[in-house]
Amino acid sequence: MKKGGSTQGWLWFIALLVAIAMPWVFYNYHTGRQSGFVISMLSQMGMMSILALSYNMLLGQSGLFSFCHAVFFGIGGYATIHFLNLAGDGTLPIPLELVPVLAGLSGGALAVVFGYMATKQRATAFAMITLGIGELMTTAALMFHHFFGGEGGVNSNRMIGHSLFGFKYGPSIQVYYLILAWTVISALLMLYLTRTPLGRMANASRDNFERVQFVGYDPRMVRFTQFVLSGFFAGIGGGLYAITYEIVTFDALAAPLSANALLMAYIGGSAAFGGPILGAVLITLLQSGVSLMSNSWLVYVGVLFITMVMFAPQGIMGLIAAHGPIVRGGRFGKLLLPYGRVIVPCLVMVLGFVGVVELASFLTIGAAQGKALVLFGHKIDEHDVLPWLAALVLLVVGTSWFALEARSFRRVWDGLMSELKPERSAA
Amino acid sequence: MEIVLVSLLNGLVYGMLLFMLASGLTLIFSMMGVLNFAHASIYMIGAYLAFTVSQFLGFFPALIIAPLLCGLLGAAIEVFGLRRVHSNGHIAELLFTFGLVFIIERVVQMTWGMLPMPYRIPPVLDFPLFTFYGQYFPAYRGFMLLVSAGMLLATWLLLKKTRVGLIIQASLTHPQMASALGHNVPAVFTLVFAGGCVLAGLAGVIGGNYQTTEPGMADSMGPIVFVVVVFGGLGSLMGCFVASILMGMIMTFAVVINVSLLDLLKPLGITLSGDNLFTEFMTVPVARIGALLPFLLMIFILMVRPRGLMGTRDT
Repeated sequence: MKKGGSTQGWLWFIALLVAIAMPWVFYNYHTGRQSGFVISMLSQMGMMSILALSYNMLLGQSGLFSFCHAVFFGIGGYATIHFLNLAGDGTLPIPLELVPVLAGLSGGALAVVFGYMATKQRATAFAMITLGIGELMTTAALMFHHFFGGEGGVNSNRMIGHSLFGFKYGPSIQVYYLILAWTVISALLMLYLTRTPLGRMANASRDNFERVQFVGYDPRMVRFTQFVLSGFFAGIGGGLYAITYEIVTFDALAAPLSANALLMAYIGGSAAFGGPILGAVLITLLQSGVSLMSNSWLVYVGVLFITMVMFAPQGIMGLIAAHGPIVRGGRFGKLLLPYGRVIVPCLVMVLGFVGVVELASFLTIGAAQGKALVLFGHKIDEHDVLPWLAALVLLVVGTSWFALEARSFRRVWDGLMSELKPERSAA
Repeated sequence: MEIVLVSLLNGLVYGMLLFMLASGLTLIFSMMGVLNFAHASIYMIGAYLAFTVSQFLGFFPALIIAPLLCGLLGAAIEVFGLRRVHSNGHIAELLFTFGLVFIIERVVQMTWGMLPMPYRIPPVLDFPLFTFYGQYFPAYRGFMLLVSAGMLLATWLLLKKTRVGLIIQASLTHPQMASALGHNVPAVFTLVFAGGCVLAGLAGVIGGNYQTTEPGMADSMGPIVFVVVVFGGLGSLMGCFVASILMGMIMTFAVVINVSLLDLLKPLGITLSGDNLFTEFMTVPVARIGALLPFLLMIFILMVRPRGLMGTRDT
């Protein structure tokens, strides 16, 4: 384990404590219960973290692009609904806490079938096969009513009256802690997998698959195993999804969710193990927070994604890691002033961009929904010239100012880096 | 019999529309190694632009203006976006176009709204061209065939008979060598990308009123175009053409075949009763799983022959 790993471990431990405490921060003393919105958002974050982490077993660790990852998530969900129905009847004696294991096994079993097809190839051919599988399963989910229930989906009741610890799992707070526990278990298992020979060989076959063959491994077998295992973990996520919402429709295995998994893993940072968790938390925040205020949250996610692809291909974790040597060299103080100078124009630019997007969106979609744009209690008419002009000026001024400041920031950054270089080589 | 003939013609029209989209995509894919996810989004923009332009100037100016605007957009995407991420590798390029899909879809919704546009067939072309077996064949479909065949011919002439085409072909197969011989390969990339977008835009103009002009049209067209490109094979326009026509035929013929797996087994004396997943699977008519067939075909061909039907190298 490299130096700094223990600090990172402590940071994740603190994050876990925050996740445990979060529902109580938003405790409503008038009604005597936690905020339902916060709990459902936190639960969503947990499931999405599992999905993104399991996706990253393919994307980051094996260099495989899958466009059908949600299929295994969704199958886990569908299977869980059927398992819950069986358990509710009393035909399947299983405590609710262990249902996600069955969901994972269902996801893994399907991944064996599809993995056999997809992992015959790598790179683009692999991506295309998974794209086909994704479309195939989405269409199949709408077609076969017995298992998938068609457009209406299938539903169940999570209160099966059988629990290891005697919980009823009626209130969503109990389900949240179940999700949290499974998220931690899955994350630790996946972390452990990266340190096994399998995880190492997956990295190797991502970087140089011919070399892997020379060493005596079958890269296809490595890909296949990774694929099946990631299907297993995605299935666990889907199982938790089914337990939370008690209904699963084809949305749970359709392309948008697969795309979301990709966005979360990439924006968070696919090179670092914890990156996808960060991405899942961020995207879920955007999804549930911004989508309440704005119709166009997908534009923001799309722009964020493209910006990351263009300027920070290592994701947010990569950006943080890039500061490592500077912080260790004790020079972080020198970056504070440049950061301050960059952040102001950046905010102006973002403000202008949001203004333009929102004005445009209220002109069409908002008008169709009969909503009006209200800012600080003032109603803003999107047909006026003034708001448009203000937003455009902010955008243009912000962008050019930002470009200017970014250049000087780059100079400071490069200067610090070259200062630190001799120290690093000496160490 | 008349069903076969009508489906044959409709399949040809749909196949040619697919080919206009797929030909640009396959050129971009073979040359730059980038599977352009946003290609169907450009198709959608073409349809919307054509609607807007045709409201002011009429359909026929829109037929020229909208594709050109799409070409400009494509050139901008290539120069300001793709070229910058090129140094981060193919995966970054793929992801870049993937992100564009989200943005373009939302921008289209913000500009034109969520509802389908009343983009109609121009009245000049709105008459039955001929009838056979009591079925009308709309003149507009004939026009679509004409435009796509003309475009196909023009593209073929450009690629095979001109100097520009020669350089494009060279950069297609041997980019390093073409670059070493002093040709500006990045400029060729921009040209091909813009050209592909012009074709996609044109497909949007003539396809927008054949299908529906709505924000979901890119999502419905995108995967099938991918199937065509991958099935046809990398670097082969001919394979792309064959695959387009084949997929067009499959999609149109599947709709009219009302046979299920069980019906095929009936002569053998096998019947099923009961109401479970297996009987449901066996009794689904082909008409309902028509949309699945192209994907099944693609998965199959990628498993046994990753270079596609007529491809020159592996995907």
